Amino acid sequence: MQLTSFSFLLFAGGLLILYYLVPRKLQWPLLLIASTVFYLCGGVENVFYILFTGAVTYGATRIIEKNQGKFDKKTAKKKNRVWVILTACLVFGLLAVCKVRFTFQNILLPLGLSFYMFQSVGYVLDVHRGTVKAEKNPLKHLLFVSYFPQLVQGPISKYGNLAPQLFAHHPYDGKQVAFGLQRMLWGFFKKMVIADRIAVAVVALKGPQYTGLSFFVLTVFYAIQIYGDFTGGIDIVIGLSEAFGIRLTENFVRPFFSKNIAEYWRRWHISLGEWMKDYIFYPISISSPMRKLSKSARKKWPNFGKRIPVYAASFATWFCTGIWHGITPNFILWGMMNCVVIVASEELTPLYEKFHNRFHLKEKKWYACFEMLRMFMLMNLIRIVDLFPNVGEYFRRMGTMFTSFSVPFMKLGLTGLDYGILLGGIVLMFAVSLFQEKKGSVREALLKQNAALRYTLIFLLFLAVLLLGSYGIGYDAGNFIYNQF
Amino acid sequence: MKKSIRICSALVICLAVLYLLQALLVPKYMLTSQEGALIGEYYANAGGNDVVFVGDCEVYENFSPITLWEEYGITSYIRGSAQQTIWQSYYIMEETFRYETPDVMVFNVLSMKYDTPASTGRGSQREAYNRMTLDTMRWSSSKWNAILASMTEEEKEKESMFTYLFPILRYHDRIGQLTKEDLQYWLHRDEISVNGYLMQTGVKPYTNPYVEKPLVDYSFGENSWYYLNKMVELCEKNGTQLVLIKAPSLSPVWWEQWDDQIVEFAAEHDLLYINMLNYQEEIGIDWQTDTYDAGLHLNVYGAEKASRWFGKILVEECGISDRRGEADVAAVWQEKINKYNAQKEQKKQ
Repeated sequence: MQLTSFSFLLFAGGLLILYYLVPRKLQWPLLLIASTVFYLCGGVENVFYILFTGAVTYGATRIIEKNQGKFDKKTAKKKNRVWVILTACLVFGLLAVCKVRFTFQNILLPLGLSFYMFQSVGYVLDVHRGTVKAEKNPLKHLLFVSYFPQLVQGPISKYGNLAPQLFAHHPYDGKQVAFGLQRMLWGFFKKMVIADRIAVAVVALKGPQYTGLSFFVLTVFYAIQIYGDFTGGIDIVIGLSEAFGIRLTENFVRPFFSKNIAEYWRRWHISLGEWMKDYIFYPISISSPMRKLSKSARKKWPNFGKRIPVYAASFATWFCTGIWHGITPNFILWGMMNCVVIVASEELTPLYEKFHNRFHLKEKKWYACFEMLRMFMLMNLIRIVDLFPNVGEYFRRMGTMFTSFSVPFMKLGLTGLDYGILLGGIVLMFAVSLFQEKKGSVREALLKQNAALRYTLIFLLFLAVLLLGSYGIGYDAGNFIYNQF
Repeated sequence: MKKSIRICSALVICLAVLYLLQALLVPKYMLTSQEGALIGEYYANAGGNDVVFVGDCEVYENFSPITLWEEYGITSYIRGSAQQTIWQSYYIMEETFRYETPDVMVFNVLSMKYDTPASTGRGSQREAYNRMTLDTMRWSSSKWNAILASMTEEEKEKESMFTYLFPILRYHDRIGQLTKEDLQYWLHRDEISVNGYLMQTGVKPYTNPYVEKPLVDYSFGENSWYYLNKMVELCEKNGTQLVLIKAPSLSPVWWEQWDDQIVEFAAEHDLLYINMLNYQEEIGIDWQTDTYDAGLHLNVYGAEKASRWFGKILVEECGISDRRGEADVAAVWQEKINKYNAQKEQKKQ
């Protein structure tokens, strides 16, 4: 059941009505049933993976908590570490097998596999660290693992944030439901009007004949596609969950307004970044072998030695992030390129500061725009490697970027009208983002307007999706890019 | 109270806008692809028909209800559409019985050759034909079942049943391709057929015989037999005589092996089956003057000859009586004759 399918709309609509009709104590069991139905619609065989993940992580957290009560802190930690490692090996081992089969045998990945596996393992680690209590009710645990809105493409929630909301009673709140539905509508607009329309040109531009400036255009088009696709999907997911009264963690905060790569990664796919930071970066950087290595290195190279843990942890984090996206060389290269840019920008920070102190550019508005544009271009060049499993081809194309300057826009499968719709959509998306960046919630601002204006604008957005959306017979771009992870 | 009135008004306005947009975006089938309008034209003429024809282009191009009336006083209607499949014919028959119970239901057996939606042509082509048959059908369980039986694999994958319910979901992308026809027929339609007959007056002689590759297997598919059997049951249940015909069209080729299977089936079920290809001389078809597309379909002159010949069968074999003496019926049919003659004159020019 795709998020943009008619059956999903019917399913979500029916469930929403039922959710507020049943007694509140039955709301979470209803969500569990709905999640099971949703997952079954994706194929009965998929249920094995989610049940396996649920069972392994439930068992592990119960044992870990039991050990914490039974042994002293040090012994419990030692014993539990084994259970954590075993759980991670089992869950990620299965993930690895699925990824290998997906890459080499073209066997589809079970729905949302990476997302719920990362979320579940994160929960086991949180129980191990003592930041959350283990869930005793296996059905409640299963709902945490399988909560359907976030199953398809995240966000990767933390137990401490999600679970209390899942099991709380949610009385009907008209404003909350309306806000949720409005956000879903905005997500459909980004996905169906912008991302799926521009996807046609992205597919065309991937063709080997498109070199020179066409490659640059491809990087920009792909940035728009993936932004519309991923943030659109997340808006649908978060909006639906909001309508249930469950606020999921934000996954994007206008990433294209970032001025440097560190900021970019605090704004793009936030939940994955947080996961990697909490469960890979910090544990590695403060681990005792790393501290020892840093200490001995500092004797020879005081400055460099101090940074070794950060470099090593960054390398491991970005390697894992690359692997999470796919096990082909291009994703590993993608991770490494991000790592190099982050480390380089850290290293060059003193130089930047000198430069800024001298020229006082930081205060200038145009310089802020330049920084954003620079970041946008740089990330585009890194991100585009997603599309080239053959890494050599990526470099070859990039090498030709300034060799020819004609772009056959009208041969990319889009008509003049399509470009017009895209332009209008992108301008609207930019205007909304700018408003959010400067003034906050657009929905809150709309709420202050009179009802006629508010509902007219919402209805116009609905019409835009209905009439200009790329869906139905003749359109292929139904799937979300992040479904494949 | 005031609030609920405002909400209701807003809802009405939204629904009206959606209705108007849908009416604008759906294909009109008035100036182009006129076949798409045929099924919907039935409802204004439903009731009081002695004979109803069901089938593909071989019925709506090869028979003239006006000739049947003028020559024999038979009231008839053709519920034909382009590449109508047997499952669509079945559900159209079923729907027809909601409006009337004719004495005879005539089914053209050419569509027996298509066993599944996939076997009827390329996906997009099949989908277009499905739309031309189903879009203008009125809502009923028959239409819903016809949709479910007709959908191509792509249509199933894209959950197109919802787009038949709300056609704006299918035709939303016509927003950039609207023509004058869409504006002209935004909120109304003209009746383009005469009792389901789509008149053609042109002449394109048949010159070269149609040669088709022999088939590996001539057996009709299970699904085709299933629906043919259902037709027999349906007509029996309603006390209507089912007559099977193969209309006089030279292409697609009607194989002898296919004919044998229908002959056998008709004998088994005590049905009348007439392969009109066997009576071309008797009918008097002149393939130099009576076809508008080199033998694929008859033009109006050929259709009149075929109807004249077939009307005699309906009278002699099926016992259809002459109703020209019924003044009210005759008055209605006189209007149809006038329209028919006007169309004939206009199209000749």
